[in-house]
Amino acid sequence: MTTFEAILLTIVTASTPLLIAALGELVTERSGVLNLGVEGMMAMGAACSFAAAVTFDSTLIGVMAGMMAGALMAALFALVVLGFAANQVGSGLALTIFGLGLSGLIGAPFVGARRDPVPPVDIPGLSDIPFIGRLFFEQDLFVYSSVALTILIALYLTRTRSGLTLRSIGENHTSANALGLPVLRVRFVAILFGGACAGLAGAYLALVYTRFWSPGMTAGRGWIALALVVFAAWRPGWLLIGAYIFGAATVLQLHAQAAQFGVPSQVLSAVPYLATILALLLLSLRHGRAVGAPGSLGAPFVPDR
Amino acid sequence: MRFELTPRTTVSPVARALAPVAAFIVSFLIAGFVIWLMGRSPIAAFDVYVLQPLSDPWSLQELLVKATPLALIAIGLSYCFRASLWNIGAEGQYVMGAILGSWLALKTHGTEAGFWVLPLMLVLGIVGGALYGLVPAFLKTRFGVNEILTSLMLVYVAQLTLDYLVRGPWRDPKGFNFPQSVTFDPSATLPPILESGRVHYGVFFAVIAVLVTAVILGRTLFGYRLKLTGDAPRAARFAGFNSRATTMAVFAISGGLAGLAGISEVSGQIGQLQPSISPGYGFTAITVAFLGRLNPLGILVAALVVALTFIGGESAQILLRLPLDLTQAFQGILLLCVLAADALVSYRIRLVTRGGGK
Amino acid sequence: MKADVSSSGPPLVELKGISKRYGDLLANDGIDLSIEPGEIHALLGENGAGKSTLVKILYGVIEPSAGEIRWEGRPVAIGSPVEARALGLGMVFQHFSLFDELTVAENIAVALSGEWNLATVRGKLGEISRTYGLALDADRAVWTLSAGERQRIEIVRCLLQNPRLLILDEPTSVLTPQEAEHLFATLDKLSADGCSILYISHKLEEVRRLCRRATILRAGRVVGTIDPRASTAREIAALMVGSEVGEIRTDAPHVPHGEILRVDHLDMPPAGLHGQALKDVNLVVRAGEVVGIAGVAGNGQSELFAALSGERLAERADAITIAGRACGTTGIDARRRLAAAFVPEERLGHAAAPTHRLSENTLISHAATEVSRSGFILLSAAKRLARTIIKSFDVRTPEGDPQARKLSGGNLQKFVIGREIIRKPKLLVVDQPTWGVDAGAARLIRQALVDLARDGSAVVVVSQDLDELFEVADQMAVIHQGSLSPLKPIGEWTKEAVGLEMLGVAQAQGGAHAV
Repeated sequence: MTTFEAILLTIVTASTPLLIAALGELVTERSGVLNLGVEGMMAMGAACSFAAAVTFDSTLIGVMAGMMAGALMAALFALVVLGFAANQVGSGLALTIFGLGLSGLIGAPFVGARRDPVPPVDIPGLSDIPFIGRLFFEQDLFVYSSVALTILIALYLTRTRSGLTLRSIGENHTSANALGLPVLRVRFVAILFGGACAGLAGAYLALVYTRFWSPGMTAGRGWIALALVVFAAWRPGWLLIGAYIFGAATVLQLHAQAAQFGVPSQVLSAVPYLATILALLLLSLRHGRAVGAPGSLGAPFVPDR
Repeated sequence: MRFELTPRTTVSPVARALAPVAAFIVSFLIAGFVIWLMGRSPIAAFDVYVLQPLSDPWSLQELLVKATPLALIAIGLSYCFRASLWNIGAEGQYVMGAILGSWLALKTHGTEAGFWVLPLMLVLGIVGGALYGLVPAFLKTRFGVNEILTSLMLVYVAQLTLDYLVRGPWRDPKGFNFPQSVTFDPSATLPPILESGRVHYGVFFAVIAVLVTAVILGRTLFGYRLKLTGDAPRAARFAGFNSRATTMAVFAISGGLAGLAGISEVSGQIGQLQPSISPGYGFTAITVAFLGRLNPLGILVAALVVALTFIGGESAQILLRLPLDLTQAFQGILLLCVLAADALVSYRIRLVTRGGGK
Repeated sequence: MKADVSSSGPPLVELKGISKRYGDLLANDGIDLSIEPGEIHALLGENGAGKSTLVKILYGVIEPSAGEIRWEGRPVAIGSPVEARALGLGMVFQHFSLFDELTVAENIAVALSGEWNLATVRGKLGEISRTYGLALDADRAVWTLSAGERQRIEIVRCLLQNPRLLILDEPTSVLTPQEAEHLFATLDKLSADGCSILYISHKLEEVRRLCRRATILRAGRVVGTIDPRASTAREIAALMVGSEVGEIRTDAPHVPHGEILRVDHLDMPPAGLHGQALKDVNLVVRAGEVVGIAGVAGNGQSELFAALSGERLAERADAITIAGRACGTTGIDARRRLAAAFVPEERLGHAAAPTHRLSENTLISHAATEVSRSGFILLSAAKRLARTIIKSFDVRTPEGDPQARKLSGGNLQKFVIGREIIRKPKLLVVDQPTWGVDAGAARLIRQALVDLARDGSAVVVVSQDLDELFEVADQMAVIHQGSLSPLKPIGEWTKEAVGLEMLGVAQAQGGAHAV
């Protein structure tokens, strides 16, 4: 394997957690709920998945635990923002603070432990194609799943009845309520889905990407995922592209640090964050305001009965 | 099963004042449950977290020391939050204030510079925080970029900048390669109020900020402008209040106060620059601001209460071997409870089982 | 009591003793109502009488506090709009329940029950459109459509479910007279096909055109069920309002003098994604006259208001001249200092902050002038001002200085209009002055506007209510797709002519307008 191939492979692994978390948030936001707790849910997903995987020595159980943890966190958020109609921005922030703290508690006994690499699954035939074969068809299951999930979500939103209902509710919850669409129920499920995805993304980080657990290991990826949703104008296809661009930026700055160009490592470490700001800025320059944002995004809904 | 919310026609001021207290109690119960799950005694933890700090003079001083940056930052944030603008990057503005202020301290280090160093440092701290706060404000007003994400991203950038400085150009050459700057000269140090005490003059800044803010928010047109912008943005525009100017102003104020908190902490408490100069004051201050109901006096009380969790957390780590992360988890759950309690104040909530709502 | 409806068997739907309580307010109080199969039944009442609450109960959007609904004689519980539709109810909301970003087909599909895909929806849509003459393009996004077209979506959406009872809530409030006539024809056809219709309105003329039976609500109660064709307008109005509403006095003849407002070749790009641009708007308003701006919703009224008020700035200063000063590029406060005053359409959230007290709400338009000094609020001055407005404009308040949201629509509107008139402005621009306001308050407000003009101010009234404009205006123009027709004395307008202008037909025929 050449260095170039190795870099491309790591780009795929660096992009996958961003993509998974952002997909979940995209569905949540399309239903009209802004959950700023992605970072916290992701951290919980990472901690719980790693703890479970080490305890039961099973990656599968670890992944399940990570998704469960993310979904449970999301359920807490849903209780507060749907049940009590609390402020979504504040509640999301609280969820992140809470998740970062609690993940530290859960993960503390497992600091120092390591997991074996998750074996890649190669797709016979396709993986023999020179160059792109190894890149695209000899990845782990998560990578395939994340791409499949992107397509499924795109189809779900545009082609299915339930997807149409979800979009309608996100677009205008007052109209949706007047038509008798179950606004709160759909939002609850969408929030849970977002949480499970964030948990899965965290599990991927801990079990595949780093294969150990350390406090604060999500390092702002949850926030970048949130920015990606804006950047992708709430479209799954654009999310895929955006996640890979960001994954590439992250990996390239790591390699640049290793290569010691004489640029301080901190400057390179800041690249993903600065790139996020730049991406949001470029998007605004092109379109004016945030395009494609669901009409009811972030607004609390209290049905009048 | 679903919740049913009916807006309350009248909201009693007592309920409004008691809501944060109730939220606090609920969070304590949840935290106690978690501690119990971890196999420790919640009662012992309560003793360590709350009772011991309050009965020990050293801890009481420490309480003021920790409450100072929290109150300063939260007061600043209350300007933003009242206008429904989400500056969540106070941590970064705090760091940038500390950096710019410390620059002067390091520049004048070892010289005969006089009394003017400290005041100028403080001013630079405010300027540094304010300018850094203006970045997301500018991006929002000029280009419509979401301020939540940009202000947060800038936190990481500020922390990396500080890291670079203390490991690189600003590292103390005689510091055995430790990533830290030289210790500030006395002329660059914010002195303690009492000779032997730990409480520095930063406390006064916090109190002044509270009093001035109480007047601004309650009595001035600018205060009303923020309230109107937050409660009814279209009405604010109709009143002739330019929303861009409002955004720039509140980010500058909150950034400036966070910067003041940063430089006060470095020059009054730490005495030098280090890679980490905050246990997350900038984020915890968000909880403080909401717990204090965005009211200046409320924030003062909330800052003291939340500072207690920091001190309790430190002693719990030593005495009970409870990780510091518990404190952060508690602060998160506290903010959730405070926001939920706000809803309970404005709505009557009942749980309806399916079909039972008829 | 009941009018002559000859039918055997039970009525299609029967409401018995329906009540709905919101806190201290009894929105519906023991309402009885029955609708026969194929009947067009009117529900009449002025704003705030409880009509919307009642139909939302019938459609399962809100639940009644007490009472019973019978469907073909059987008691039913309608727990949600989905259940209502399953029963055979369809509803066309006053504030459309549409999704701006979705296409027509998607908007229709989202409310359909049973199996469907977008292709079959398109097919059925075409079918219904042809049968009832309701032309719609399935793949257009809703935000690109006019109000009349949007209403068609709502109607088609109902018709696709083969409803037994169609409810229409104030359907003509957004239509031109011609569009309204078209709607009536559709409703007649539906009724002939056996579909019952519950028609909610506060306009007598329409009800007489359509219905044989009308139930009249006042303050949440049924005050009579009548045959609208057999009763005089006076009798019905008396039932609706409870007491007779006086005519507006316009004793002093209309003597316009100096020019107060001049709008000169004003262009303005659309505000939001889906706004309407203003195109070459010209207008002159003189002291002593009321100028009316008619038009169907969404044709640039709010943009015109924002441009006149200075909430949005024009590119050229001389695009707008107020009292001799070119101020197209100066903000709303500067215009207020030129003694201009403004009342926007939305009471809550735009004219007033819902959760703020009335005294605080005086700050919104008086901040630049009376109630602040060097940046500090003069609280007592603000309270005094609020009290004066409350007294002078007969604002009924639940307490001394209540939050704005606690006032009824009519009382809040009296407050926000009073807040401006009390400053004795040289120019008053008001958008939809009596929208959703009860008859008594509407009369008081219209009188105040006329009086203000008679005292020498220039008044601009933007309104979708033609009757209102014919009542108060001295001159009138029509806005259509951001262009303003020439101003003509009110006597030279007919409803027909206004309708044509609203549709843009007159413009196509008459060519470009001169100033």
